[in-house]
Amino acid sequence: MKKKVRINGYLAAGLILTAVIILWIVVGQFYTPYDPTKMSMDKLQGPTLAHLFGTDRFGRDIFSRVMRGSWTTLVIAVSTVAIGCVVGTIIGAVTGYFGGAADEALMRINDALTAFPSILLALVIISFLGPGKYNVTVALGIVFIPSFARVTRTAFAAQRDVNYITSARLMGASWIRILVVHMLPNTINVLLPAVTIGFNNAVLAEASMSFLGIGVNPPDVSMGYMLSEAQGMIKAAPWYAISVGIMIALLIFGVGLIGEGMQRLDKEVG
Amino acid sequence: MKYVLRRIVTLVLTMIMVSFLSFAAFHLISGDPAVVILGTSATPERLEALRRSMGLDQPFLIQYFRWLAGFFTGNLGISYSYQQPVAALIMPKLQVTFCMVMLSFAVIIICSFPIGLFSSRIAGSRLDWLHTTFNQLCMAVPAFFLSILVTYVFGIALKWFRPGAFPDLAKNPVGAMHYLFYAAVCIAIPRIAMCVRMMRSTIIGEMEKNYVRTAISRGNDRGRVLRRHVLKNSLVPTITLLGQTMAEIVSGGIVVEQVFGIPGMGRFLVLSISNKDYPVVQALVVILAFWVIMAGTVADLLNQTVDTRLRLGGR
Repeated sequence: MKKKVRINGYLAAGLILTAVIILWIVVGQFYTPYDPTKMSMDKLQGPTLAHLFGTDRFGRDIFSRVMRGSWTTLVIAVSTVAIGCVVGTIIGAVTGYFGGAADEALMRINDALTAFPSILLALVIISFLGPGKYNVTVALGIVFIPSFARVTRTAFAAQRDVNYITSARLMGASWIRILVVHMLPNTINVLLPAVTIGFNNAVLAEASMSFLGIGVNPPDVSMGYMLSEAQGMIKAAPWYAISVGIMIALLIFGVGLIGEGMQRLDKEVG
Repeated sequence: MKYVLRRIVTLVLTMIMVSFLSFAAFHLISGDPAVVILGTSATPERLEALRRSMGLDQPFLIQYFRWLAGFFTGNLGISYSYQQPVAALIMPKLQVTFCMVMLSFAVIIICSFPIGLFSSRIAGSRLDWLHTTFNQLCMAVPAFFLSILVTYVFGIALKWFRPGAFPDLAKNPVGAMHYLFYAAVCIAIPRIAMCVRMMRSTIIGEMEKNYVRTAISRGNDRGRVLRRHVLKNSLVPTITLLGQTMAEIVSGGIVVEQVFGIPGMGRFLVLSISNKDYPVVQALVVILAFWVIMAGTVADLLNQTVDTRLRLGGR
């Protein structure tokens, strides 16, 4: 029996907006109107047709810079959510399904870990690992594990004694098969909104950390790094900060709309 | 009374666990403090003497309890970079951050409740999509980008305050609060959007319940039912969210302080992380974690006062 998926306005708008932005960023990997690092004589120009987002103090085209630099942020956000989601789901699934002392202990550790704000935890991990884009990804990935573990644990624990799971167990299905084939598909509707929220938190966290100078370092350029660069020339070139900020906001806005749409879909179906 | 006691016991246990976790983490990774203080060229005898005077030759657990006792008596150790007691260094910074957080929290409370009530009343109307979109947009704008815009518009263009020139909190409290207000609003806006969203969805859920239908069908005014009955019953998730908010505005403030040039805890934390000044980082991390746990506990206790059903051990 296939459930008919209805699309609502929020979901559609969010998907389109996100798709356009991601496409724009991906294209930036292969083609930009100008070389993003090339300096020119057109310094500190406001937005014009030739330079849509204007140019910075060194005459670099901001449109091209944002197009190329957002890639780092996107990759970090996606890999961070992947780490958090996969590891978190495994932990949540196993502890939720088996319960017992290990479950109790892990949940207490989880409680203690959530006492540290995520940015703070990431900053502390970075202080040990040192900055750089790979370390930021690892730090944020670790930081996001507990929240995913918590969400999935509840979803898996709720299904533990449902009839179809008991039947599967009686038929001799292994616990791995039960977890992956029978339970995992039924947790999708809690997992997907968690992924959208996690993605947005990851974009924000990367931007904040790079902005503080303990995230992505040159020669790598990310949205947060560009924003800190832009803050230095806010008087001379306010359009730089505004373009970067709006791109971050649009990315988060698009994914947020997808999350909103999915939650409404859930309510309409249920 | 029993639930209060139980909650306080959990609070203390979590605090011990959190402080132990962070002490162990910093103990493992920060290396030998004696070497850090004296440098690698120090003689083994001097290193040994310093270790003994700092109590580093004691077993790990003894060191932890000493540190914990020191934490509660205001003795947080000596900063590596400044060679001064950590407590004296961070106290003025904590005051500044505390003022900013409280200001921001006040803004959040004052704005969230009226907007939340209003938005739950227009739910389902034709303006609804506009409200939801605007709400999502407010959540999407990062607080530190807002801060950059605000420093540009109000600081550089309108000259309502001088960015970077933070007045001394003790000498000019009014000027300092005025400066902090801009930062507080920037931190508050995305948070208000979250609170409004939470209030809206719980109120809508509550309005569909039978007792509300009964109350309205008996001739009560819709707005009155909302204020007198529904609001109280739908407060619990919002209070929990406000508890988390209290915690998150502190960590969100780290970046905002940087933008506004506010000499608060967040900026000092970032600086100390770059300098690998572990006694300072450790103290600030534990203080922040305690703050988060306390906010959660206060929210829980408030919830039990508001909604007495929770005292029966639900949730």
